Amino acid sequence: MLHLAEAPSRAGKTSDFPETYRRAYRWMLLARVAEEKIASLFRGGRITGGVFLGKGQEAISVATGLALKQGDIFAPLIRDQAGRLAFGESLHDFTLTYLGARSGPMRGRDGNVHRGRPREGLLPMISHLGAMISVVNGMLIAHRFNGKAGTVGAASLGDGATSTGAFHESLNQAAVEKLPLVLVVTNNQYAYSTPNERQFACSDLVEKAIGYGVSGHSIDGTCLEDCMNGIGEAVRQARAGHGPQLVVASNLRLAGHGEHDDAHYVSTHLKNLPLGRDCLENAQQKLLQNGWAEAPTLELWARECAVQVDEAVAYALREPAPDPATEDWCAISHRHLADGNNAAI
Amino acid sequence: MITYLEAIREAQKKALESDPRVYIYGQDIAAFGGAFKATKNLAATFPGRVIDSPISEDAMIGSAIGAALQGMRPVIEMQFADFSTVGFNQIVNQAATMFWRTGEPCPITIRLPSGGTPGSGPFHSQNLEALYAHYPGLIILTPATVEDAYSMLLEAIALNDPVIFCEHKYLYYHLKAEALPSAALPVGKARIARAGRDATVVTYSAMLHEALAAAEELAADGWEIEVIDLRSVKPLDTDTVLASVARTGRVLAVGEAWPWGGVTAEVLARIATDGFNLLDAPPMRLNSKDTPVPFHPNLWGTHRPTASTISNALRDLLRL
Ligand SMILES: Cc1ncc(C[n+]2csc(CCOP(=O)(O)OP(=O)(O)O)c2C)c(N)n1
Ligand SMILES: [Mg+2]
Repeated sequence: MLHLAEAPSRAGKTSDFPETYRRAYRWMLLARVAEEKIASLFRGGRITGGVFLGKGQEAISVATGLALKQGDIFAPLIRDQAGRLAFGESLHDFTLTYLGARSGPMRGRDGNVHRGRPREGLLPMISHLGAMISVVNGMLIAHRFNGKAGTVGAASLGDGATSTGAFHESLNQAAVEKLPLVLVVTNNQYAYSTPNERQFACSDLVEKAIGYGVSGHSIDGTCLEDCMNGIGEAVRQARAGHGPQLVVASNLRLAGHGEHDDAHYVSTHLKNLPLGRDCLENAQQKLLQNGWAEAPTLELWARECAVQVDEAVAYALREPAPDPATEDWCAISHRHLADGNNAAI
Repeated sequence: MITYLEAIREAQKKALESDPRVYIYGQDIAAFGGAFKATKNLAATFPGRVIDSPISEDAMIGSAIGAALQGMRPVIEMQFADFSTVGFNQIVNQAATMFWRTGEPCPITIRLPSGGTPGSGPFHSQNLEALYAHYPGLIILTPATVEDAYSMLLEAIALNDPVIFCEHKYLYYHLKAEALPSAALPVGKARIARAGRDATVVTYSAMLHEALAAAEELAADGWEIEVIDLRSVKPLDTDTVLASVARTGRVLAVGEAWPWGGVTAEVLARIATDGFNLLDAPPMRLNSKDTPVPFHPNLWGTHRPTASTISNALRDLLRL
């Protein structure tokens, strides 16, 4: 049996496009299956807090994760399960964090999509949209100071987050400093319930690139090949020293904003456009059409994903929850400088 | 003689000299040397390590956090403390939560040129220490002397946690010392700036000097006022404060910041909860008025506590 989560995602990359495509598809599939599992646990009342799915965004996300290498930086957002896996995050980090286990990377102190391992280049998003981009900039500035050449930092963003001041400040900062930042904006047509026309007034978000003096790339977020080529090219450009790259991918969010949301506001017109197609189904068809995989192989992969996800969930369910009595209630690293007023409360 | 501002510059120079991980990032700080000249000549001495930033406080702080995660020791100069509110999100939500959430330290120092000077008005005069102290995960320093400006800035840069360094602009030029200190009290310890036995004034930053002048004035009438310089408002050295109140039985907390939920309120809350039985009179406090900081010197001089309002308050406290 294949152990996808253990497959080398960064090392062993091949120039063999069908092979890379197959690998991308399998990460997408694993992300989809894993998220569906968490959604069903959520419906069963087993998940505390929110659940946010990347359904329909797996192609964009996986292409970002796959384009990055060891030593690069990735600041994923809420719909990046596929990219996280491709970048090297373990499925256990996903289940342990959603289930709030003490042994997870966030130790029950933060949950769901707010997870990461900064030492491994994977930033744990804060909720405030746009806030991770300048953190990536700073990591790239540190790489420059430390003579670590050739590394790239990628940050994910939604259409809604392009309206924040943080987006503007950080993209401008990256441009001024000529940093190897790849900003991948997924325009999934909505920010929660807000459609594009209430979010921005330019005709295409990629037009913003010119105003910042950075390169812009438009890609079809429903087409895995286009995502791999477009984001791959943006990452190559950044790595080669050509400064920040703004990628704008178009698609439709194929889930509610979170699992609490029925997304009744999503227009039927958009759903029926090519834009509304499922990138995973598209990729599956392409695999079959090109003879890059046979139907039984696809079925095998799906079964393997289900097994892996079940194992990761079962593992996380067995892990102990955090214990307030033994929790270290100290918010700073210098314990002797902790303000001594906790006792009075 | 060395001024408070020169001490800040010297501390940055020393940090740049002794630690290759240190760099400074802020508006107009490189060739120009900063709005107050706190980084004068440093860019020439340390090429590439004193960097001009765009006017983007959010991105300035965010990038410092990222660099710190990769092992650097960034010092961020806000042109004025007031503008740090534009970077507030990165300070209180990103920097302050980083260690708690991830276990990774976030060693950044944010210098806030703080406090009122005549003519500075509502947006170049603010004291934001209470705002930042409210958030877990930050250390808030408020040096009142040339020696502390130097030694505490060096310690701030060496610490592994995010530090908000509130340097007072009123002290920049006219507060002078003979020389830079060779030894210093550590961060987190308050200092008895003047010993006394009749009442305690707890204060920090520029108000220390107003309080010392008030204590001097009352000494002419035979009162011995103890003055405590908190030095750091978070952590707050409650022990030193309570020990002083145990000696004097009377306390006045003085701060230049606004009264609501501020440092003086916190000091009195701790005395009331942990030292109620030490008090011979109700604790008092004095702050600026609860309005924006006024522009005109006549208004400004009345808006904030001064030696004369402090001595009046002390006389009331001693009569109680
Ligand atoms: C600064 C900020 N404001 C509001 C929110 C609440 N919020 C969370 S996600 C979201 C919508 C984001 O839309 P978009 O950027 O398009 O990303 P998508 O959800 O479509 O992937 C909002 C408003 C937030 N997290 N941060
Ligand atoms: Mg969106």
